[in-house]
Amino acid sequence: MNSMHTLPVGSDYIRILPEIVLTIFGMIIMLLDPLMDEERSQKLLGGLGLAGTIAALLSTWLMAEDPGFAFWNMVRVDAFSVFFHVLVIAIGLVSILTSYEYMRVQRIRAGEYYGLILFGLVGMCLMSSAVELVLIFIALEISSISTYILAGFRRRAATSSESSLKYFLLGSFATAFFLYGVAMMFGATGSTNIDVISAALRGPSIPVLAYVGVALMFIGLGFKIASAPFHIWTPDVYEGAPAPVVGFMSTAPKAATFAVLLRVLFEANAPGRYWLIWVSAALSMTIGNLAALVQNNVKRLLAYSSIAHAGYMLVAFAAKPDLGAPTIMFYTASYAAMNVGAFAIVSHLANRDERYVTLEDYSGMGRRSPMLAGIFTIFLISLIGIPVTGGFFAKFYVFSAALQSGLVWLTIIGVINSAIGAYYYLKIIVVMYMKEPREEVPVLPVSPSLGAALALCLIATIYLGVLPGPVLDYTQRSAKNLQPPPVDRMAAVATLHQ
Amino acid sequence: MTNLNSSILSLVTFIPAAGALLLLFIPRRDRDIRIFALIISLLTFCLSLYLPAYFHRTQTSFHFEVDQQWISTPNIHYHMGTDGISMWLVLLTTFLTPLCVLISWKSIHERVKEFFILLLVLETALIGVFLALDLFLFYFFWESTLIPMALLIGIYGHGRKVYAAVKFFLFTMIASVFMLAALLWLYAKTGSFDFVTIQNAIHSGQVDGFATAAPWLFMGFFVAFAVKVPLFPLHTWLPDAHVEAPTAGSVLLAGVLLKMGTYGMLRFNLGLFPEQARSNAPWIVILAIIGIIYGALVAMVQPNLKRVIAYSSVSHLGFVVLGIFSFTQAGLDGANFVMLAHGVATGGLFMLAGIIYERKHTYEISEMGGLATPMPTYASFFLFILLASVGLPLLNGFVGEFLVLTGAFQDRAIYGVLAATGVIWSACYLLWMYQRVFFGKVTHPENNSLTDLDAREQLALWPTAVAALVMGVAPLLWLNIIDPAVATALAPFAEVASKVAGQ
Repeated sequence: MNSMHTLPVGSDYIRILPEIVLTIFGMIIMLLDPLMDEERSQKLLGGLGLAGTIAALLSTWLMAEDPGFAFWNMVRVDAFSVFFHVLVIAIGLVSILTSYEYMRVQRIRAGEYYGLILFGLVGMCLMSSAVELVLIFIALEISSISTYILAGFRRRAATSSESSLKYFLLGSFATAFFLYGVAMMFGATGSTNIDVISAALRGPSIPVLAYVGVALMFIGLGFKIASAPFHIWTPDVYEGAPAPVVGFMSTAPKAATFAVLLRVLFEANAPGRYWLIWVSAALSMTIGNLAALVQNNVKRLLAYSSIAHAGYMLVAFAAKPDLGAPTIMFYTASYAAMNVGAFAIVSHLANRDERYVTLEDYSGMGRRSPMLAGIFTIFLISLIGIPVTGGFFAKFYVFSAALQSGLVWLTIIGVINSAIGAYYYLKIIVVMYMKEPREEVPVLPVSPSLGAALALCLIATIYLGVLPGPVLDYTQRSAKNLQPPPVDRMAAVATLHQ
Repeated sequence: MTNLNSSILSLVTFIPAAGALLLLFIPRRDRDIRIFALIISLLTFCLSLYLPAYFHRTQTSFHFEVDQQWISTPNIHYHMGTDGISMWLVLLTTFLTPLCVLISWKSIHERVKEFFILLLVLETALIGVFLALDLFLFYFFWESTLIPMALLIGIYGHGRKVYAAVKFFLFTMIASVFMLAALLWLYAKTGSFDFVTIQNAIHSGQVDGFATAAPWLFMGFFVAFAVKVPLFPLHTWLPDAHVEAPTAGSVLLAGVLLKMGTYGMLRFNLGLFPEQARSNAPWIVILAIIGIIYGALVAMVQPNLKRVIAYSSVSHLGFVVLGIFSFTQAGLDGANFVMLAHGVATGGLFMLAGIIYERKHTYEISEMGGLATPMPTYASFFLFILLASVGLPLLNGFVGEFLVLTGAFQDRAIYGVLAATGVIWSACYLLWMYQRVFFGKVTHPENNSLTDLDAREQLALWPTAVAALVMGVAPLLWLNIIDPAVATALAPFAEVASKVAGQ
């Protein structure tokens, strides 16, 4: 363990290597962008972004070889953070593959777009390995600011600017809540280090400030995962933002925020979290599913569905940590696979200026492009939670963990909700296969990059649905790191901070 | 052959799915696809014949068991096995699927590839439901049947097919989440999804809080199964689904899917919750009897050929539920036999209805009349299978219903008396329908030009006719295997009864 006053050493840098790699690639993209014309920048910089994510994935492997603390206990590399690094970077990779075709079709000059995705990934990666509230806040901001800009990338569309502005204003408001919570937590425990907080909160008397701190931080993070009642922004932002960006921002920042929530709630042993989560979970599931029933725009529909899925994940947060944590990790992974895949298809079918995004535009899809319709159906089946797909096991584990923790009512609410949810996903399948198209909607040929993205999502969805064992075992092992740390280590950390 | 013992169940289950996967890569030449699907389904049927051939009647535990860990935590096993109850249902599935392929040969001419893929996937899921001995695996297969069936109805059906498909999907989906909740509860308390393990834990009283939760758990399972059966008043999805479904969909729906519900009641409601089954039996039996009579009466006034057959299913499945909840050897034997007989006979009737639809594009009885004149072979097949469904002695419908009624009388005489009227009703509505469709003069001149059955259609119908006859003449071939399994299933009820008597 590093002591407080030495300079960072080599291993410190190894432990944030993926972040460094991503930053370098992002900066190169930003520097090259002004030097190129539109077409070349799209081609070359997209490739560079792709190379950046692949390099980052490889460096995650290096990082994983050398677990431990870095930068004066602000960063911790363990199986848990490695899991989220891989997940988030993989989402970035697939999103870049999807955007490649989308940007060309929409005629958006896209050079810096790829840079922003990489910068966003830096923030998200850091969120998963930070064990220090202030660093978590900074990482959260890095990731959020990139996504604010990405949401406004359809510059010619007013809805896109609206989306970006709304996201920015409300998002900044929410992060302020988070920061306020951090301050309260510091007031209550005298530290911003998660281990120290955890030790302080295990004492016999818990200061009231700590409850306030937890509640405020939960509001800030609840906004980022789009859980009710902090979800109002979601449908508008998702509707206006470019479709591949929605796929990205409904999964990657969410996964990273869930990592933070796991740290803040479980590892820091947050007091009074139970009812907070209970209510938010029940509300998110119910509001998300009920509102999705009446949507006609596929992007809005999937936006409400993402609120509902945040609710399912929160159910696991109310469960016992040793049962809930691995479940949440598994859920984020399978949700990422199916949702990025679904949005990849939505962005392909949207065509120029995102003209075709209503349910009617999907009618007759099963006949026009059977392959795409078939793949979309599998993603939707996974979102419903029907077997042979990752979504089934994800939901199954959530409810199983909840019942094992004695959360009977929350499970009943969740189970009823997932039955309601089946209806609107099914509606899309019905429209695709059983309705005749009213007008001829052109479908562009699928480019190799989009094909690769879809194949990756499909393989991941099916793999998690048939052989979930390895991933679940991994999450279970890595969730062990989240248990409040043993006493001797806490003592060591505490003295360090005296 | 011993090697095959451990892998036969997996082979039978997954060969159709593997065939469906291969179909994906076969070029879209409709004829090749049909032939390929036929070969796959026949291969599955031939393999499934291995089961009765190597079945040991004296062995009371499950046969051909496979038990391998699938997922370590939660503790989910790939545990398959069969007994005298489930084996025949598997055979029924593998028997009907090739016939479905044959009957769809010409009637499906668009998106042929997708059709046969869905059909084969459905077959795998259905067989899996009957063979799974791990509750999770059971639920996995149970849910897997939903999408293929809903798509078969929604894409290849007619009329209000979308409405029917969505209604079917939502009814069964919503009901089965209750089962999910119940089986998750069992897992939380026992740490296992294994049917045998849970059964032993419950019977030896090792499950905490079971006494308070059991009524809820029983209902959780029961609702899921009752919707599938369908038990009155949860049956409203069935006529819609049947009428709008393509022929093959109706055949599998009536022939096999409904039996998932009754099989589930037999295996899980009776197997895991004997006491609750006992205490809930009175109202369940009453609902079953209402179903028998109500189904028959409604069938009588239907103007639509397929609706008549659909409501007759409601009525016949009422017999099955009645038999199961009579808790008598005869009643359960009979219930099992009715499941098989109904599968064969109603499957046959739906195929016959499909054949006339191919020619006339309607199921309205008023559009027919006097069809025996232009289509004599068709008329005789129809009569034969119809009589099997009515329950004419020496055909298969008789044996099962007779046994069920025996059981019902043993349980309580009034049940038997009421249910017996159902037999009379079924003769009324089926024979009256037959008379309106086939006898008399040809009322619509265009019907004179209808062509009789061709070789392919006869090929699809002969097996059902032969099966109906053989099952009626030599029911012991089936009952000999069913009987010991039923005795095992009933064993805990003797204990419950003695407990009640002792109090």
